Amino acid sequence: MSEIIKPTRMSRRQALAGLGAGAATGLIASPSLILAQTPDAIRFGHLTPRTGFLGPLGEFAVMAVDLAVEEINAAGGIMGRKLDVLKEDSVNPQTASTKAERMVERDKVACLLGEISSASCLTIAQVANRTKTLFVNTGGNSDALRGESCNKYMFHIESQNSMYVKTCGRSLMAQGLVKGKKWFSLTADYAFGHDLLKVAKRFMEANGGQFAADKLVPTDATDFSALLLEIRAAKPDLVISNLAGNQITNFLKQYSEFGLTFPVAGFGFDTALAWAAGKDNFGGVWPVVWHHLIDTPNTKKFVAAFTKKYGKPPENQAWGDYNIVKIMAQSMNELKSTDTAKIMEHWEKGAKFDVMKTREGYFRASDHQFMHEMYTVTALPAAQVKNPYDLFTSSAPVPGPGESLEVIATTGDEAVCKMA
Amino acid sequence: MTACFIALSSNESRLLLTLFIQQVLNGLLDGVYYLLIALGLSLIFSLGGIVNLAHGAFYAIGAYLTIVLAPHIGFGGAMLASPVLVALIGIVVERSLFQRFYRSDPILSLLLTFGLAMVAEQALRMIFGAPPLSFSIPPALRGQIFVGDFIYSRYRAMLLLVAAACVIGLWFLLQRTAFGRVVRAGVQNPDMVGALGISLQPYMVAVAGIGIGLAGLAGVLLAPIYSIHPAMGQEIITPAFVVVVIGGLGSFWGVVVAALMVGLVKGITIGLGYTQWSTAVIYLMMLLVLLFRPRGLFGERIQRFE
Repeated sequence: MSEIIKPTRMSRRQALAGLGAGAATGLIASPSLILAQTPDAIRFGHLTPRTGFLGPLGEFAVMAVDLAVEEINAAGGIMGRKLDVLKEDSVNPQTASTKAERMVERDKVACLLGEISSASCLTIAQVANRTKTLFVNTGGNSDALRGESCNKYMFHIESQNSMYVKTCGRSLMAQGLVKGKKWFSLTADYAFGHDLLKVAKRFMEANGGQFAADKLVPTDATDFSALLLEIRAAKPDLVISNLAGNQITNFLKQYSEFGLTFPVAGFGFDTALAWAAGKDNFGGVWPVVWHHLIDTPNTKKFVAAFTKKYGKPPENQAWGDYNIVKIMAQSMNELKSTDTAKIMEHWEKGAKFDVMKTREGYFRASDHQFMHEMYTVTALPAAQVKNPYDLFTSSAPVPGPGESLEVIATTGDEAVCKMA
Repeated sequence: MTACFIALSSNESRLLLTLFIQQVLNGLLDGVYYLLIALGLSLIFSLGGIVNLAHGAFYAIGAYLTIVLAPHIGFGGAMLASPVLVALIGIVVERSLFQRFYRSDPILSLLLTFGLAMVAEQALRMIFGAPPLSFSIPPALRGQIFVGDFIYSRYRAMLLLVAAACVIGLWFLLQRTAFGRVVRAGVQNPDMVGALGISLQPYMVAVAGIGIGLAGLAGVLLAPIYSIHPAMGQEIITPAFVVVVIGGLGSFWGVVVAALMVGLVKGITIGLGYTQWSTAVIYLMMLLVLLFRPRGLFGERIQRFE
């Protein structure tokens, strides 16, 4: 008789409460990772989403940091001391801020690096400002972070939305897809998407384009079939994606599934999303901060080292995190100091850094945005693709060799930064 | 001039109407994607009283197994093999874990399955890596179907047929067989079933296997059109729960109707131009149902849950 299932004595209300709680707990992310600390090492704090819809990109950031630390320590560390990076999952803006605070106050990190979500960047920047700690954003794109929300202690190696839009915009202008053309835009319905939409709209209107439609898409929407029907009926000249993370992969897979043929372009992108879409589904023109096929000696060296260590090429998110760890170590070694004020002064004076591109980059003093070359990638037809990673061809660096690096960044009143 | 304007506007409104009808139809089909997940959830909950938060994880495992198996045995082979393998995992989980919690406070099984979901997700992350993996529609199923103005993907049409077959098969199993009679009796009154000398244990094993296998099947079916990443289970579990809550616990047709309704309401919302509300609206619907019909639309009165 022990086999018989006894009544669970669960009331209807409890059952429903259970289901409700179930739906809610499903949204809570998994616990963080805490690494061991070495006493006399110089310590950096690294925060980035490891779970959630930005988690896949965060994974590349973490791999890149590990590689950079390995190389720096192999070359003698920082001022003869070992470099140690504390890495944690930033989860969401609240958790990011709590963890940043703990890294600064308990672990005494010399600086904070990382992040992908613009919303989390903002809360970490507040901690940085309050504790007078240097924070370099490696993945948050929103112009607002460099504009109204800018702050003295926050620098950005990641490009701002304007740089992405103007880079991709150049390719679109060259293909005659802006002036007098109708755009159907899909935008991720959160801070990053809204900011990107604002910038994209400004570019489109300034160059004579107009919206056929402009749709906000919830970040947890996985099915695009309804929007694909809207696109098909609207017959736009161009479909524009201001989507983010896995949304882009879902969109690309389903766009190809429904066989729509309007040209596609986007203003925010990551190569891992193209890899996930695969050669049969990846299409369109997209801007990137860097990619693994760039033809410079340092890119080749980095791609080779990364591929050797992890068995796959680095995604563009890896570029920012790898380079900022290197830049920070290089600056500290040159200045013979980990002092925040000295590093900030050095950077604001326009110190130049090799970031694996044809030209060196520098932080613009007015808003702390890193000025550097960008690229657009264009999908190759499936038949021409030889392996799962090399799915696209690259444009020449933008801006071109004779131009100022600042021509693609915000100008004048596009984003006004008043540092306190 | 005026006539021309009227002609244009009536033509436009005809187009808008066609689009709206398309959205309604597409919405109805959209709901079916949650159905396979929701049916399993509902079944396991009704018989065992376990809210299986790990159900989404089994869906993810189904999708990952497809990536592993399809290159060797084809997509068709993976469509048969993956759900069976997932069902076997489900049976092991039922025997080793679930069965200890049928009699305990529901909060314990909630914690158990929540933990299980996290373990499964991390395991996928450790084995396959965090970046999403690619998987495409097999060439034979690519392409579109056109019916008048309506366009639909050929792959989704196949997906609907498979889902419909599963729903009918499951209905037949539950309503027309001796197995189904015992399961239904067990849902209502397990003590009485026991008193009649029938052990519910093998039925629990079968129900867990079927329910979890269906989640695995959903993983296979959606792998070609959705992004495949370790947290994909979390994405689907929440709307699936909403479907179960709206439909009513223990009601087979309730879950089916709720899935269609959720899709329909979503489709109408998008058809009216409020894309940004397309997710919020299903939670709103759940809220209304809970306020006015806390048992769900078709929820039966189950004695032991009262």
